[in-house]
Amino acid sequence: MSDLVPGNSGDPWAALRRLTGARIGLGRAGDSLPTRQLLSLHTAHAVARDAVHRPLDTDALVDRIEAVGLGAPYIVGSRAADRGTYLRRPDLGRLPGDLGGLPVSGADVGVLLCDGLSPGALERHGPPLLRALREALLPQVSVAPPVLATQARVALGDHVGARLNVTTMVVVIGERPGLSVPESLGVYVTHLPRQGRTDAERNCVSNIHPPDGLDYAEAARITASLIRGARALGASGVALKDTSRERPAVPTEGAGAPTANDGSTPTEPATASASAERPRR
Amino acid sequence: MKKYHQQVAGTTYAFDGLVDVLAKASPRRSGDELAGCAAESDAERAAALWVLADLPLGRFLDEPVVPYESDDVTRLILDRHDERAFAPVAHLTVGGFRDWLLATAALPDAAARLTAVSRGLTPEMVAAVSKTMRHQDLVAVARATRVTSAFRTTIGTPGTLATRLQPNHPTDDSRGIAAAVLDGLLLGCGDAVVGINPATDSPQAAADLLELLDGVRQRYDIPAQSCVLTHVTTTLDLIHRGAPVDLVFQSIAGTQGANESFGVTLPLLFEAEEAARSLGRGTVGDNVMYLETGQGSALSAGAHIGAGGRPVDQQTLEARAYGLARELNPLLVNTVVGFIGPEYLYDGRQIVRAGLEDHFCGRLLGLPMGVDVCYTNHAEADHNDTDTLLLLLGAAGCAFVITVPGADDVMLGYQSLSFHDVLTARNVLGLRPAPEFERWLIRTGLADGSGRILPVDPAAGPLWELAGA
Repeated sequence: MSDLVPGNSGDPWAALRRLTGARIGLGRAGDSLPTRQLLSLHTAHAVARDAVHRPLDTDALVDRIEAVGLGAPYIVGSRAADRGTYLRRPDLGRLPGDLGGLPVSGADVGVLLCDGLSPGALERHGPPLLRALREALLPQVSVAPPVLATQARVALGDHVGARLNVTTMVVVIGERPGLSVPESLGVYVTHLPRQGRTDAERNCVSNIHPPDGLDYAEAARITASLIRGARALGASGVALKDTSRERPAVPTEGAGAPTANDGSTPTEPATASASAERPRR
Repeated sequence: MKKYHQQVAGTTYAFDGLVDVLAKASPRRSGDELAGCAAESDAERAAALWVLADLPLGRFLDEPVVPYESDDVTRLILDRHDERAFAPVAHLTVGGFRDWLLATAALPDAAARLTAVSRGLTPEMVAAVSKTMRHQDLVAVARATRVTSAFRTTIGTPGTLATRLQPNHPTDDSRGIAAAVLDGLLLGCGDAVVGINPATDSPQAAADLLELLDGVRQRYDIPAQSCVLTHVTTTLDLIHRGAPVDLVFQSIAGTQGANESFGVTLPLLFEAEEAARSLGRGTVGDNVMYLETGQGSALSAGAHIGAGGRPVDQQTLEARAYGLARELNPLLVNTVVGFIGPEYLYDGRQIVRAGLEDHFCGRLLGLPMGVDVCYTNHAEADHNDTDTLLLLLGAAGCAFVITVPGADDVMLGYQSLSFHDVLTARNVLGLRPAPEFERWLIRTGLADGSGRILPVDPAAGPLWELAGA
């Protein structure tokens, strides 16, 4: 079956491969994967791992965030001192280091930009998404100066939002890298942020990674709609339905990662992941 | 709360009750460190193991790890405990029980002896003894047990390794799913179940997928069962609407609180089993439940607190989920061992250990135990680790494993085993598919007479039309 390696002429799987990103029709080397397929899987995993472990380049991000026009970003850290601690101790990633430098803004909306599990996703998509959010929100609601956080989990936004004294907190965070999509952002909306909010009290927009995933303008439009809904309802979370899409947007634990392998697993909006294309080498 | 003391290398370590001993005797893992119940040093862990080894097994009947009054899983475990089955080992300590298990496993009638005591063992006893055992002990004893279940195939026949074919698709696209089913069948997978994790919990979408899978099964006369892994309430609804439901799926856990976080109660689970069995769709058996578990699920739900308000270690809680599972007469139970993330199992070493523990505990408690041998991209693990665990599980007589195309689940975003991995394990270890399914593979020309999967031209075979290509 080695003649069935993708790319060879007459591959009967070529048509089926257009129907799914799954690694079908890989051929066989004895019982095992052919070398090309082995290295393809290995490489995708390597890229995904690098996406998790490469530190956020905050210096490079600061200027790009400031250029969006919401003010120069403040920089905070969580209580997870390094990547290993961050991965082992999600509780520490949810707790803030020193927030003393943050202003008490009193704006309607605060934005926390987090490295999460994919710092590269924030570097790539963070500034353009922030720009789209600014355009979707101003001037109807006021927005506090952005805050940039390292080794951060979603719930860190509760502390930052409370300190900023904003009504609604928007957390933009790098999602857990997959093999086909190593750099994707998620957005979490929490109304009346304060310590102790649960994930059931948030709404999320996930799989933001143009050109294959959700684009910035659409993600910002959905986020603005959730913020308006939360302000009208006085709450975010399960009580707030995202009427701009078919399914209610209820977040998962952590940064967009499913937590249970069953039917209750919240997943990406179907529209966003349909065109995700796997790199094939 | 009874205090236990043990001296190691000149230092005396104190442990506050059974829950503390169990947690501190557990092999190191991130989830117990996150919960704050792990030993703080290797010496403390060794001291706890000495204490644990000297505890009488009966202590676990007298001192529930999770209080009887507040937890229905504890009540189920203790109310259904079989004193007569317990009698042959009732006089033993945990350490003595390890010796007994290994000695029994070496006897010619090991399977019958282990089955005879199974209903006398509680999950806590089994978890406790597993902590005193090395990998090879866990393999040797699990291999000596015999547990079978059946629906349209028989699961757990000695010398077999079955597979769940998991053809997930990010948007539940029926043709994309069919293409993955085709790929798996051509590589000899799907004998445990063809099971889809749907992207939405929509009942209509689940019904459509069930019709798709049942259509494939009937068209090609495949002895196999299908499952769409929706919430048990959705599946019950589908049964009432007449959808072709073979198996009822549900994630379960080892405490009442964790099960509540999954939206399930014990009566609901029993009702679902009864409803699915009443359909009479099985041909060689009537086990209709498919249950998934995984270390860390109780902690992630904040429902991991036991007697004295202390956190219970995640492996003991996992074993308690098996105590619930065995009351549901399942066809399939699998732990999803590396899925939940590095905050529960940090690296390949912890994943391999947990997989062997879970398999051992499930088997000793009488379950047709499988494992989703898997990892996420933020864990310190790779496919070398899943190779190791798969081969160990194959040696341990594991009933089935999860398989996805090319090891890459494009819907759930994690890596499990590939169909190829199972071909390799079956060949290396001399294992075969489930017997009914193997006969179909041979009949269809996909396998030779010994069950070896042939390198056929897919487009030339009858299955090719399955994918509508």
